[in-house]
Amino acid sequence: MSLPLLSIGPAPLALEPLAREVAARTIDPGSDGAVTTFVGLVRNHNLGRRVLYLEYEAYEPLAVRAFERISAEIATRWPWVRLALHHRIGRVDIGEASVVIAAASAHRADAFRACRYAIERVKQIAPIWKREFFDGGDVWIEGATADPEDAAARAEAERVACA
Amino acid sequence: MRVTVRLFARLRDIVGAAELSREVGPDATIGGVWRQLVADFPELARYERSISTAVNADYARMDQAVRDGDDVAFLPPVSGG
Repeated sequence: MSLPLLSIGPAPLALEPLAREVAARTIDPGSDGAVTTFVGLVRNHNLGRRVLYLEYEAYEPLAVRAFERISAEIATRWPWVRLALHHRIGRVDIGEASVVIAAASAHRADAFRACRYAIERVKQIAPIWKREFFDGGDVWIEGATADPEDAAARAEAERVACA
Repeated sequence: MRVTVRLFARLRDIVGAAELSREVGPDATIGGVWRQLVADFPELARYERSISTAVNADYARMDQAVRDGDDVAFLPPVSGG
């Protein structure tokens, strides 16, 4: 069975199988010029606190829908790009990957842009929450209001991706 | 009619449950379900302007009508990645 391109779950993430999978999912073998990747890691510091580990929670079926939506947005904006994205949930220790993304394209510029766009959109709309456990306590991190129809947020993700 | 309410992250902590079954009026909207919840759990009120919502695992809007048996999720600001 082949690896799903878009998924969320508790298993540790592996970048290389994902990059291989997205590369293999072409209808025109040999036409890709690039696979770009992004790995999000759990960092040992945040806002001056020493972070011990993170716990991720998600509304899993909606998160997969969010990833599908992001993939469709990318297919509209960069028609030749294919996207793969896996996000982890549960406890993730320092230095481990919380998210891995791979984008395949005929040209590297679009693959880089799509990769960046995908992580910006995950942070804007995916129903995923991190709880930070630090020296002396823990706190839910709250970022963006998850509104996939917010055109300004989408435009901002595209601006950052193309900067 | 009855709906299932799903809560995540800090909202779940405030209410003390990930899922609740709630009785709502016949013309209830998602916003109405939320306001009823805030009446029982006033600490939720500060999320009034920052939550988003989903019905039956698809994004929805607060003014959308709910139907009997719907699964209504309230999402605090997200922090994936």
